[in-house]
Amino acid sequence: MGLFIAQILTGLANAGALFMVASGLSLIFGVTRVVNFAHGSFYMLGAYVGYSLMQALPGVAGFWGAILLAGLIVGVIGVIVEICVLRPVYRAPELFQLVATFGVILVIQDLTLMIWGPQDLLGPRAPGLKGIIRIMGEPVPQYDIALIAITPFVAIGLWYLITRTRVGTLVRAATQDREMVGALGVNQSWLFTGVFFLGCALAGLGGALQLPKGGADLLMDFSILGAVFVVVVIGGMGSLPGAYLAAVIISILNVFGVTYAPQSTLVLMFVVMVVVLMIRPFGLLGKEEVAGEHGQTGEPERPIKPAGPRIRLLVTTLLVILALLPLYSGNFAVVLVTDIMIFCLFAASLHFMLGQGGLVSFGHAAFFGGGAYAAALLVTYASTPMELALVLAPVSAGLAAIVIGWVCLRSTGVYFAMLTLAFGQLLWSLAFQWGDVTGGDDGLVNIWPSAWASDNTVYYYLAFTLCVGGILLLRQAAHAPFGYALRAARDSTRQAEATGINTKRVQWVAFTFAGTMAGLAGGLFVFSKGSIFPNELETARSFDALIVVFLGGVKTLSGGWVGGAFFEGAKDYLTRFEYWRLTLGLLIIFVVILGPEGIVGSLRKAGERIGLLKTPEDAT
Amino acid sequence: MSPILSVRNLSRNFGAIKAVDDVSFDLAKGELLALIGPNGAGKSTCFNMLMGQLRPSSGTVQLMGKNIAGMQPRKIWRMGVGRTFQITATYVSMTVVENVQMALISHHRRLYSLTSFAHKLYRDKALALLETVGMADQADRHCAVLAYGDLKRLELAVALAHDPVLLLMDEPTAGMAPRERIALMQLTADILAQRGISVLFTEHDMDVVFAHSHRIMVLNRGQLIAEGTVDEIRNNRQVQEVYLGGGTLFKAAEDDAHA
Amino acid sequence: MLELKGVNSFYGKAHVLNDLNFSVDRGRVVALLGRNGAGKTTTMKSIMQLVRPRTGTVTYQGQDITGWSSHRVARNGLGYVPEERRIFTQLTVAENLEVGRQPPREGCTTWTEDMVFDLFPNLAERRQNYGKALSGGEQQMLTIARTLMGNPAFILLDEPSEGIAPVIVEQMARAILQLKQDGLTVLLSEQNLHFAQAVADGVVIIEHGTQQFVGSLADLQAHPDIRDQHLSI
Ligand SMILES: Nc1ncnc2c1ncn2[C@@H]1O[C@H](COP(=O)(O)OP(=O)(O)OP(=O)(O)O)[C@@H](O)[C@H]1O
Ligand SMILES: Nc1ncnc2c1ncn2[C@@H]1O[C@H](COP(=O)(O)OP(=O)(O)OP(=O)(O)O)[C@@H](O)[C@H]1O
Ligand SMILES: [Mg+2]
Ligand SMILES: [Mg+2]
Repeated sequence: MGLFIAQILTGLANAGALFMVASGLSLIFGVTRVVNFAHGSFYMLGAYVGYSLMQALPGVAGFWGAILLAGLIVGVIGVIVEICVLRPVYRAPELFQLVATFGVILVIQDLTLMIWGPQDLLGPRAPGLKGIIRIMGEPVPQYDIALIAITPFVAIGLWYLITRTRVGTLVRAATQDREMVGALGVNQSWLFTGVFFLGCALAGLGGALQLPKGGADLLMDFSILGAVFVVVVIGGMGSLPGAYLAAVIISILNVFGVTYAPQSTLVLMFVVMVVVLMIRPFGLLGKEEVAGEHGQTGEPERPIKPAGPRIRLLVTTLLVILALLPLYSGNFAVVLVTDIMIFCLFAASLHFMLGQGGLVSFGHAAFFGGGAYAAALLVTYASTPMELALVLAPVSAGLAAIVIGWVCLRSTGVYFAMLTLAFGQLLWSLAFQWGDVTGGDDGLVNIWPSAWASDNTVYYYLAFTLCVGGILLLRQAAHAPFGYALRAARDSTRQAEATGINTKRVQWVAFTFAGTMAGLAGGLFVFSKGSIFPNELETARSFDALIVVFLGGVKTLSGGWVGGAFFEGAKDYLTRFEYWRLTLGLLIIFVVILGPEGIVGSLRKAGERIGLLKTPEDAT
Repeated sequence: MSPILSVRNLSRNFGAIKAVDDVSFDLAKGELLALIGPNGAGKSTCFNMLMGQLRPSSGTVQLMGKNIAGMQPRKIWRMGVGRTFQITATYVSMTVVENVQMALISHHRRLYSLTSFAHKLYRDKALALLETVGMADQADRHCAVLAYGDLKRLELAVALAHDPVLLLMDEPTAGMAPRERIALMQLTADILAQRGISVLFTEHDMDVVFAHSHRIMVLNRGQLIAEGTVDEIRNNRQVQEVYLGGGTLFKAAEDDAHA
Repeated sequence: MLELKGVNSFYGKAHVLNDLNFSVDRGRVVALLGRNGAGKTTTMKSIMQLVRPRTGTVTYQGQDITGWSSHRVARNGLGYVPEERRIFTQLTVAENLEVGRQPPREGCTTWTEDMVFDLFPNLAERRQNYGKALSGGEQQMLTIARTLMGNPAFILLDEPSEGIAPVIVEQMARAILQLKQDGLTVLLSEQNLHFAQAVADGVVIIEHGTQQFVGSLADLQAHPDIRDQHLSI
């Protein structure tokens, strides 16, 4: 009994930092519609900055002062990021800012590494609270009790600010229609900056507060991000009491998980999230998401047209150059381009459901990695030949997509995105923790192509055929009635449903289609590499694809593969340098600010400006 | 002749608010029936229940003898009911004609086709429909840049795409210029005469209502308070009080204008 | 009080407003008339700087406000009632009004919640309703009420009578006349000519973004040909 209570108390204490980071994220998302992937980085900065301050400031006052100061400093850093990186892209297509924040993550990672070095820092213990107290015989750190006491005050303060003050009302109004708030005389850019400050300060505060419990390390940005997203979603986007409740549930669950089911820790919170969202599609205390509000979506998407003769010529030329590649370049280039093409197919599949269907998935790697694992398992355990495995990989991914899509599509918007993330994590932890079958961390190796295709050049042509074919098929689907129906469901669900379109089913089929194509890419990938590891299922992989789509241009038809080629190429080149993350991050931010329509969108505009491309009569 | 639509004891509550309270009426084939009433009387709620967007708290809705209350909108649409919305809903990423084509594609059940080009399907039929609402010249414009009034006409073209037997129009002429309003309702009346479809519509513009409706029902606080011909309604004391108003101010301005 | 000089506005490459020149004097109600798509809404947005005129200037109370951010324009006493309503559906009626509230302005009526509820009794009953649970007409009333809460000296009304029951439209016309008496200046975009005639002093007619007629209501009434040519009545 005593142990039980002690564990609950530990969970409650852990919930403190989690709640602060999550409420910050939720606030920022609520107002700016920016899904701030960099939020974990601000949390990490809070820990590092807090650490340095604690070294400098002595005593009890110094300790608590350092925590508050760390929050303030991180808040100010957040403001700088908001002004320099986000402001220029608020007018870009919805969720485009996501790419920018991804760039910020990379930059902060390398900067932290430069300043504080690679070693983990052990947090100092809180002066005056170093001891433990005994509850029913079990030791509970005094600092935990302090955290348990502090968090509710922060929560109530925030709640009061948002629901009971004028600023809070403005913030909630801006969540929905910032342009209108501006037209009513409110300086919305400062409102945004203020919210960003508050959100980041909360993250920094969370990071500094947990120092005595966890210290600071370079992985904490990503490791908290998953939990934070889960908390925000379970609690309900924008609901502070919800976030608190969810933070407590998740933290306590984690404590018990570690004790009683260490095998399942990684999966546990995602399973909880899936269950909650199945019952309440908008979280425990959340309200229905309204998508596509005024003033946030950037310019309306243009109607699509099949490519004109010039573009066709350009693409054909490109394809010919690609097809002839093995004739004029070395083995290295052939392998590299194979990888790039596979990645392009993966990105194009996500782009199809994202661009045409507005379905933002944070877990598309589940199908890429899923297809790859399916092929690898078939080869390893059933000695399946490559040809059959390449058929079964997309089929398995498609089957998985049918099931996952059914669950995820019960929710919409961010909730949908989070559910896909959860399933991605689920598959990943399965591959990671079910070592007997999947080889766990060691992965599956020796998955080579059939003899006839084992030559790099032959495999290149195989990948070329399947990837180009797949991308063209996705493109055809966009022009076909199916692609139109998908866009109809996105543009106006109400009108679509009122004219006989079963929007959910259309989206479900699209989800499955995209999953199948990603599975094909995964199958090709595994035979190209000869091995597969759990990291192909990781959320980071899904993010890669997402970033690529935005980078290429969501509101264009070719954004997926163009972005894929650019990103994969740049990454391959940059990873040879020490601070490659910094460079890649800056590059991403740079592209985002210069070309908020993505590479293809910007090129198209440039083309129209210099008269190379015809401007549609209504171009905006 | 049996009615196309027959509504019995239809009610809908939102918490304590009785938005629609025990409404019953019939709609005959070829009839143009207006539903008017003050703001918040429950007209849109009524429409939403007829079209399946909202589930009635109680009551039945029979379309040609079949109860459709509580059915999904897309099923009701397939049974031959078209509608336009009070706040327009169109596909902003498509061109005007593609919006109509989309409804035609859905009607012909080609939604899952992958082999054809959507922008080529049923284009002629779609253009003909746009012609009837006078939008043919804007067929290839981007829907996102249309003026509000044009969106309304586009919605009408979309609603006519599947040759409906019944058309529900929630404030069809809102946002349009006066002459175009009359023209649109004239158009609706013509279509109705040609194709024998029935129309139920709401409107706050009395010029439109009085010029075209065959019969008028008045809803106030969820209840039907009057029903009758144009003249009966125009001269109904209670309707004047809760809805029509005296019109004295406007009459004075009008007189000035002609003075 | 407000003056447009050579205003040209674009959406991308589409030239929507072509050389607009007109002014609105203090305490007057000017109706902006024109067919669908003529550019009435765009004119209003160009005044509010929600659409930035590419050339030309908008002067308000002697200051050149072109290029200002729209919140600054609003802070200077210009209130905007958009045609698409754009109420905050996730906020209650009372909170919607709160968003619109601004400090009292010299020489302007200082509106309180009770005063706008007197003007629109429908809203009073729904004070705690969420915006999304309002009927179309109630939303329209809320948009106007919300803008009034900013104590504007000048108000841009984009089709305010749209979707409102005739009794209330008449009530609203009376209210506008009353507001005019209190010194409010109004630029009104309207399709409802009864309404415009009842409240307006001056008229500006635009067609395809070009202004076709500027004058008083009486001038227009004296030239029925202009009316017939440019307005579809
Ligand atoms: N989801 C909801 N929750 C609570 N109340 C609602 C909801 N939807 C509508 N109402 C209320 O029900 C009443 C009827 O609304 P409805 O939209 O049917 O009115 P209407 O007759 O169409 O009015 P208008 O002419 O202004 O469009 C209104 O008072 C409205 O506030
Ligand atoms: N965002 C936009 N992008 C491109 N063109 C637009 C955009 N918004 C409006 N337009 C075009 O600008 C022109 C003027 O539109 P505006 O909305 O100002 O007309 P309006 O006079 O207010 O019409 P209505 O009476 O229907 O409201 C129209 O031709 C319209 O198609
Ligand atoms: Mg209504
Ligand atoms: Mg307009």
